[in-house]
Amino acid sequence: MDIKAGLLNSDKRAAARLISMIENGEPEAVQIIKECYNMTGHARIIGITGPPGVGKSTVTDKLAKQLRKEGKQVGIVAVDPTSPFTGGAILGDRVRMADLNADPGVFIRSMGTRGALGGLSKAVHGAVKVLDIFGMDYIFIETVGVGQSEIDIVKLADTVIMVMVPGLGDDIQAIKAGIMEIGDIFAVNKSDRDDAERTAAEIEAMLDFNRNEEYRPPVLNIIARDNKGIEKLLELIEKHWEYENKSGSYRHKKLNRLRTEIMDIFRDEVMRTLYGISENTNIINELAQKVMDKQMDPYSAADRLMDEFTNNQRQN
Amino acid sequence: MDRPIRVVVAKPGLDGHDRGAKVVARALRDAGMEVIYTGLRQTPEQIVETAIQEDADCVAMSILSGAHNHLFPKVVNLLKERGADDILVVGGGVIPEDDIPRLIEAGIAGIFTPGTPTSVTIDFIKNNIKRK
Repeated sequence: MDIKAGLLNSDKRAAARLISMIENGEPEAVQIIKECYNMTGHARIIGITGPPGVGKSTVTDKLAKQLRKEGKQVGIVAVDPTSPFTGGAILGDRVRMADLNADPGVFIRSMGTRGALGGLSKAVHGAVKVLDIFGMDYIFIETVGVGQSEIDIVKLADTVIMVMVPGLGDDIQAIKAGIMEIGDIFAVNKSDRDDAERTAAEIEAMLDFNRNEEYRPPVLNIIARDNKGIEKLLELIEKHWEYENKSGSYRHKKLNRLRTEIMDIFRDEVMRTLYGISENTNIINELAQKVMDKQMDPYSAADRLMDEFTNNQRQN
Repeated sequence: MDRPIRVVVAKPGLDGHDRGAKVVARALRDAGMEVIYTGLRQTPEQIVETAIQEDADCVAMSILSGAHNHLFPKVVNLLKERGADDILVVGGGVIPEDDIPRLIEAGIAGIFTPGTPTSVTIDFIKNNIKRK
């Protein structure tokens, strides 16, 4: 299969295969993205995040359906956790998007967070680029908003929707650090439940501490299951986009994001090389043994690894 | 680096009994596979579309309604039409012995009836997927 030609020809299989190749860290995949990079930048990227069980998949499903009514092509990258013990995962976001997969204008890709080697960010943003090149108008990144790597991923979206539910209570307090800062829009889902108004008010109160005077993230009560508030949510996404472009903060944010992305890719490469060295030379085991025997401290051991790394770079 | 095997676990047809499918999904996950679970009442078209978008190595279907003779081969044929017949197709559920040879002939690689240890299904998938 000629992946690149397929991708440019809107062949779903080719696009899907390319995403797998990126996930698996195949160099050939990066080469294809490099060659097609100028074709990216068309799609609007929307991050959907929030605690487990708040209805992120359902919100994504309804937003996608609304956009499809407007004739937009929609891509979705849904991330679910991989078991750190077996490396396996159950990726179940499609259950809530069951009828979207009969729609030819939608492309859904489920992704596991996979190993400790990192690379999740690279895989997700690689997939987003593939879907962008493929011709999608909107691309949703859906991920659980716990854990730094997941937060780092949605940070790279143009607009981040933070989904909450009534009754989180003090949990909002507990998760606000890091989470409250990244939401451009707050959606209180399942708002037919008690306390929906109070939850919205609590979020508003938290936003009073916001430093940005110009843009205050709106808080919206929705019931995604019944499609209530979805059109309004799309309007708010548009409004946020307009603000970003008008205020000129977009350029600034975009530069920041690109900086983060370059660093992510770079860190990935460094980690890959480091793991390669330690696996091939067994050096990490020797160092660990030395530290255990108190012949060395862990800091000096890390320095030794760094030396090995720089030597390796020089040889290449 | 070893890549995980990706399996779409699907429930075609109209029966709402997904206990078996969920047990298999968990077993495959615990065997280190990435399981894309689609939920109930999927049409063959939806299952094939999912398998393609997810770049799956295998489609594993469960039917308890008796519609296997129709729905299993339909998925195989649709995959063929889409040029995706390198995806392994296996089936399970309440399937009479007499139907199995015909299903195998229609391109379903393996049929696993109630009582099959999950390890058998896992090994079968591991040994029969077509991509490295």
